[in-house]
Amino acid sequence: MKVYAIYILNKAGGLIYQNDINPGLNKLSANDYLVLAGTIHGVHAIASKLKPTEFEPSSKPFGGEKEIPIESSATFSSSISVRDSTINNDVVNGRWNNPNTNNTGLRSIETDLFNVYVFQSLTGIKFILITSPNPIVHNVASLNLKINKGELNRQFDLAKEIFHNIYVTYSDYVMKDPFYSLEMPIKNNLFDSKIRELAK
Amino acid sequence: MSRSGEEVWKNSTEKINSELFTLTYGSVVAQLCSDYNNNYNLVNKQLDSMGYNIGIRLIEEFLAKTGAARCHTMKETAEIILKVGFKMFLNITPQVDNWSLDNRQFSLILNENPLADFVELPSDAKDLWYSQILCGVLRGALHMVQLDVSVWFVKDVLKGDDITELKLKLNKILKDEVPAGED
Repeated sequence: MKVYAIYILNKAGGLIYQNDINPGLNKLSANDYLVLAGTIHGVHAIASKLKPTEFEPSSKPFGGEKEIPIESSATFSSSISVRDSTINNDVVNGRWNNPNTNNTGLRSIETDLFNVYVFQSLTGIKFILITSPNPIVHNVASLNLKINKGELNRQFDLAKEIFHNIYVTYSDYVMKDPFYSLEMPIKNNLFDSKIRELAK
Repeated sequence: MSRSGEEVWKNSTEKINSELFTLTYGSVVAQLCSDYNNNYNLVNKQLDSMGYNIGIRLIEEFLAKTGAARCHTMKETAEIILKVGFKMFLNITPQVDNWSLDNRQFSLILNENPLADFVELPSDAKDLWYSQILCGVLRGALHMVQLDVSVWFVKDVLKGDDITELKLKLNKILKDEVPAGED
């Protein structure tokens, strides 16, 4: 998987950081990037409201690795809180958890030409990754679907890993920059170079 | 119990000499006292607002490095703050006590306080809450995860009390600010 670009959105959906790490993606106009960021932000919010009336969460949410035992939709909300408190018990007991809280919003877009992944922190910051497409997506018809699914998950997991590293880098190099004001565009060479390093 | 705070503390945080930390904080407080002509109420206020500004940034590091999920009760919040937050940043584990009946308010008891090592307050500094910055940090950090809280000191060993105690009270949950896409 090749990471083409990383974007960071503030709480309001404004584009505050943009880094085209690897060449391969054509350039848009500055305004188009802002529109793209705002649109993803909006679609993400609306997607979080969109669900079947008999809603059951996917068995493997992006944020956690555990299977959630769900007996019926009526127990749904209580099951969720059970899961969340186990996550926090894990934190207290020393197991690392993924800081992504994007559970019901738009998580990824997959196309023939590129993939988009969306990460959201508890504070509302969004990180967006644009990557190369799933390698064998073109051969879906001819290949065993199972292999293809494994490949998809692999790319998903890779994105998860990258997001975690970006978030840690963000907290270390942007949040600790005394000249940075929150919610404003990030102009920080050190952060640029760290991001470049981890997305190689 | 507190392995996670322990582990984050060991593996993923930058460390500095604790005496340097204590002395630096002491110099900040001393400088503020002289800037405000020993008007300790203003000093408290200033420390609190400095802490707030630290807290709203610090929370990102906390979330990134621990992966804590949203808490559903204040009990859970308290446990995470004590066993993970304080451990990770200050390498101490305060105790929680004195829950109010509605479970919205509790006390944090600091058995040790790295900010206040070697400190003796002058006798006229009765109004100064020396470690007030901690209140601001907690308020700022919790604000960023949509919890509006008040935090204040009620006792400090520096003033001759038997323990150092902070109160934390949940005012309200800022539901409008919770980002979309959570459960």
